[in-house]
Amino acid sequence: MAVDSLAGNAAVVAGGEMVTLEVFRYRPEEETEPVYQAYEVPVHKDWVVLDALNHIKDHLDGTLSFRWSCRMGVCGSCGMMVNGDATLTCATFVESLLPGPIRVGPLENFPVVRDLIIEMNDFMEKLESVKPWIIRDEEKSLEDGAYLQTPAQLADFKQFSMCINCLLCYAACPVYGLEPSFTGPAVIALAQRYNLDSRDQGAGERNAILNTDEGIWQCTLVGECSVVCPKDVDPAAAIQRYKVSSTLQWYQKLLMPWSGK
Amino acid sequence: MEMLSHDILIVGGGGAGLRAAIAVAEIDPSLNVAVVSKVYPMRSHTVSAEGGAAAVIGPDDSLDDHAYDTISGGDWLPDQDAVEAFVKEAPRELLQMEHWGCPWSRQPDGSVAVRSFGGMKIERTWFASDKTGFHMLHTLFQTSLKYDPIQRYDEWFVTKLLVDDGRCQGVVAIDLATGKVHGIRAKAVIVCTGGCGKVFPFTTNANIKNGDGMALAYRAGVPLKDMEFVQYHPTGLPFTGILITEATRSEGGHLLNKDGYRYLQDYDLGTPEPQPVLRSMELGPRDRLSQAFVKEQEKGRTLQGPYGDYVNLDIRHLGEKIINSKLPFVRELCLKYENIDPVKELIPVRPVVHYMMGGIHTDILGATPLEGLFAAGEVACVSINGANRLGSNSLTELLVFGARVGRAAAEYASRQKGNGAAVAAQAAEEVERIERQYLSGGGKGDKMVDIRQGMHAAMESGAGIYRSKASLQKSAQEISNLQDRIPGIRLDDSSQTFNTELVAAIELSYMLDVAEAIIASASQRTESRGSHQRTDYPDRDDNDFLAHSLAVRKPGAAPTIEYLPVTITRWPPGERVYGR
Ligand SMILES: Cc1cc2nc3c(=O)[nH]c(=O)nc-3n(C[C@H](O)[C@H](O)[C@H](O)COP(=O)(O)OP(=O)(O)OC[C@H]3O[C@@H](n4cnc5c(N)ncnc54)[C@H](O)[C@@H]3O)c2cc1C
Ligand code: SF4
Ligand code: FES
Repeated sequence: MAVDSLAGNAAVVAGGEMVTLEVFRYRPEEETEPVYQAYEVPVHKDWVVLDALNHIKDHLDGTLSFRWSCRMGVCGSCGMMVNGDATLTCATFVESLLPGPIRVGPLENFPVVRDLIIEMNDFMEKLESVKPWIIRDEEKSLEDGAYLQTPAQLADFKQFSMCINCLLCYAACPVYGLEPSFTGPAVIALAQRYNLDSRDQGAGERNAILNTDEGIWQCTLVGECSVVCPKDVDPAAAIQRYKVSSTLQWYQKLLMPWSGK
Repeated sequence: MEMLSHDILIVGGGGAGLRAAIAVAEIDPSLNVAVVSKVYPMRSHTVSAEGGAAAVIGPDDSLDDHAYDTISGGDWLPDQDAVEAFVKEAPRELLQMEHWGCPWSRQPDGSVAVRSFGGMKIERTWFASDKTGFHMLHTLFQTSLKYDPIQRYDEWFVTKLLVDDGRCQGVVAIDLATGKVHGIRAKAVIVCTGGCGKVFPFTTNANIKNGDGMALAYRAGVPLKDMEFVQYHPTGLPFTGILITEATRSEGGHLLNKDGYRYLQDYDLGTPEPQPVLRSMELGPRDRLSQAFVKEQEKGRTLQGPYGDYVNLDIRHLGEKIINSKLPFVRELCLKYENIDPVKELIPVRPVVHYMMGGIHTDILGATPLEGLFAAGEVACVSINGANRLGSNSLTELLVFGARVGRAAAEYASRQKGNGAAVAAQAAEEVERIERQYLSGGGKGDKMVDIRQGMHAAMESGAGIYRSKASLQKSAQEISNLQDRIPGIRLDDSSQTFNTELVAAIELSYMLDVAEAIIASASQRTESRGSHQRTDYPDRDDNDFLAHSLAVRKPGAAPTIEYLPVTITRWPPGERVYGR
């Protein structure tokens, strides 16, 4: 988006209300421990927290580091803790947090690389581990055309496909905070996104990873993940649904060993 | 210097880069392919595309119709052989996406649904609700995870192409997390770095769209093609550049100047009616609407806001019920990202830069004139978009030409042996340059924001919607001055760890090179065609300019511009029909 250069125009910032941002700073080469640094930024009706951070970067302190790209809530880069809540900084108006001060920190439950940038390799590995792609016993050839999928079948998994990988749910999840081995909300939701897709036949393979303590059973259904999710993915529902279906499968196997799946 | 090494290296993990990576892995699993991306692939700008992707599907449609819409929409500048290949392979590519799990919207019987789109005369745009690019990108990324040969360098930033012996043989890249600069050898390099909207002040493009790949190729001596063709969208939000879809206008939204007057009636765009009329007033073609804005601006009839001039888009009269049922996404965007409620308030809008038709000169397979270097996606110019891209053709282009370039590079790489020692020396030199130029205390000169604002002002005033000899000359001078100021640029940050200021400074230098190529190409094209409008040459001139421009860099001077005739197969140039 076009915010960068104009957001800091002298004409724009002249006069008007100011607010204090207290921003988490950590540079491994300089600080042994994180500190909070205060910056004064102007208040504008249309500014989100990310715009305030860009104002700091352009005009007050070029060393402040954070990730962002789309400024429209779809790339998933800009998640941070704002006044203690995990949120997309491009979708949180400064005006809604007045009079301040506004505290901005990196997402909780992740190691910090620098300032507001967290290390997300763990998420990337977990995502890959649940095989988030269509698995078929037999691939249909392109010559045979598209799979039919009714709007109802689409609706079955659509919600879980809306995840932008922003990691807010991990920052909000108390279980992940204590047990980093936990697969976690978004990855389970994405596994379910494929399990519930009428074109997919890979639920059995994914089961081996999910149906374990690290997989889903550590989840105590606190539900914070669904509260913070900016895209209404409702990972808690994905986990709950998975628990129910794998319990059913377990009973089925126990009671009806001949039933196959 | 120790070097990493791959058979094929893809720069960019957006739609084009990921499609290319999968194509390589499928055609020859023994090839070692890697994707370098300055952001995690699923953050790439493809994620923001909303509308859809075009490919012929219905029985009432035909490949020829899609080709004709594309060629006439591009004002006869697209290469017709490329367009024919494109429309032919498009349905198969979108079908492939379906097999990979893309959640295309469906008809009640379960078949894929299509919608109409500006410039396409028949409904052929596949869509995944209003998040088509998002779903395509995540589908491609997640699918790419299943191919073992595909390795990734996430959050690595490429600063240079390594060229030796007339061949591109790798890149230099900074691992952002550690700040370490690495040389990476490759038998073939594919550039898929997307567009360059951030060269302009008002744009729908994300922060990462800085023309990196264009500048990398340009610096390596590869021509940039048709750079004068920059597409504007008439209705973006002035502050954020967020795009307000034309659906707001087809539902009956009005564009108003500062007097509340529907000014489009003054620009030969029909007369105001209470109900929306196809092809008239607010539903006129995109470029004509953008041009009318500039004329209003010149007459002093636009409004002035903190971010510059704007007009108002009024949809209040539609009422909350219609807005919520027909335009929920528009309301959500305005509310969530600009703090405006279109049910009660006017939406400030202005033309914003949306898409770059030009790019790295490639042939129909994605090969550039530099051996070993390939390109696809918005960074490349094949060209199927000509002087004006049709909405929903570019997402499809990523797939068709991403797959093509992957196959071509695989074929090329399997014929190559290793590469020479000179490349390692070049890589070492680049490491030294970055240290010296940017990190060793930095210059004492200008702040980055000043140079960036200077560039924006020069591009907006001289190379925007309307251009003239005088305006372009002035902008060329300004950009050249700004380029001179880059070496002394002042950086606060000398840290190795995730130095985003360093990245932004290099991106700024890329953008200035791209700006230079845009201005030089626009100066030489003394005609008006598609998105390129010259006030001093208002007509199309097929005698002299039915040709692609090729800008070749001349360090320390303006680039030279050469011309390449357009390939015409079956559709001789005609009037450009303004369609929707
Ligand atoms: C708001 C919006 C809506 C749109 N809607 C539509 C639509 O409905 N239909 C349609 O067809 N088109 C649409 N478009 C256009 C289309 O989305 C883009 O043209 C397309 O997504 C570009 O894809 P790409 O793969 O070429 O590049 P991108 O998706 O931009 O990816 C570029 C990649 O290159 C990497 N990269 C860049 N520079 C470097 C570097 N120096 N080092 C390492 N990596 C680098 C980035 O990390 C990224 O991974 C829209 C565009 C916008 C802005
Ligand atoms: S589930 Fe929601 S909160 Fe979690 S990563 Fe996905 S979009 Fe973000
Ligand atoms: S910047 Fe993309 S989600 Fe906020």
